[in-house]
Amino acid sequence: MEKERHVLVIFPHPDDEAFSVSGTLALHREAGTPVTYLCLTLGEMGRNLGNPPFATRESLPKIRKKELIDAANAIGIQDLRMLGLRDKTIEFEDDEKLTSLFTDAINELNPSLIITFYPGYSVHPDHEATARAVVRAVERMEEKERPKLHCVAFSNNCIDELGQPDIIHDISAVEEKKVAAFTAHRSQTQAMVIDWKEKFENQDADFLDWIRKERLWTYKFQENRQ
Amino acid sequence: MKPIDRTEVQNAIDSFAGQDVYLHLETTNGAYATHVDEAFFSAGAYIRNAFIQYEHGKIVGDGPYRVGLKLNIGWVYAEGVNHFEMDEQGRLLLAGLDFSGKLAVSMQLSPTPFE
Repeated sequence: MEKERHVLVIFPHPDDEAFSVSGTLALHREAGTPVTYLCLTLGEMGRNLGNPPFATRESLPKIRKKELIDAANAIGIQDLRMLGLRDKTIEFEDDEKLTSLFTDAINELNPSLIITFYPGYSVHPDHEATARAVVRAVERMEEKERPKLHCVAFSNNCIDELGQPDIIHDISAVEEKKVAAFTAHRSQTQAMVIDWKEKFENQDADFLDWIRKERLWTYKFQENRQ
Repeated sequence: MKPIDRTEVQNAIDSFAGQDVYLHLETTNGAYATHVDEAFFSAGAYIRNAFIQYEHGKIVGDGPYRVGLKLNIGWVYAEGVNHFEMDEQGRLLLAGLDFSGKLAVSMQLSPTPFE
């Protein structure tokens, strides 16, 4: 993994970072690289409230805010910014407002790498809208000024259309931090992490591959596409 | 939240009748439903802080319940409601949680705007 000047991570929901690049971010932090995480919402519309319920529609954002802070600490992120937008509304926000939010962050931080979702291949409308706005912000920069743009994709057609990911990070060295970040998002991951200990002990090959390899695609800007 | 107590919920509905209240109403099957099952037709609706006044309202059924509010010139209703809470801010929170604890429907009334 290349040493970066500053990594800027932009995702709409608390836990997007844990699922996609928590290991990658932990590696950057261990290398001494500053990481800024812009998290657009507090996942207010999360559906998992438990049965019996542990949260209400109104208490969930407060719980998820705490979880996000805990996860950022687990990864070692030293600059977490919660932008106060609302879950499931990102695509309805003013596009220009979103773009300038990200342009401002880029101007302030001068990142050498930006990580977000891949527009068209990231399933959730908030992921898509976030990714489109990040791409717009980067596209407006002079080509030679642009930071690298690495994208997370997981739609069912992503491999067919984008090809295999060109970036695969082995994050084994920081897998404990990744597990801690996942676990921090208790309201979202409780049912999921329940059998992880067993999977680690059994050396479950699919699981280990999934958790240890983080896959990203370098964004292909229109003018560079073949 | 706890399982619906019809009398308690009916009393709460009655207590808001005839006055200005803010409504949160939501149905959802989750943003990943079609990703997980491409044959699934994903649909939902959401309204937050609608400012309404209703003449009367009722909770009906044997559980899960249906809740309907009759407005001067319209209606609000939700079905599949099975949990409730009167929270510390005097809001009535109603929710329909599926068998795995995921929210499927939410209907909430508050004398002050929701955050």
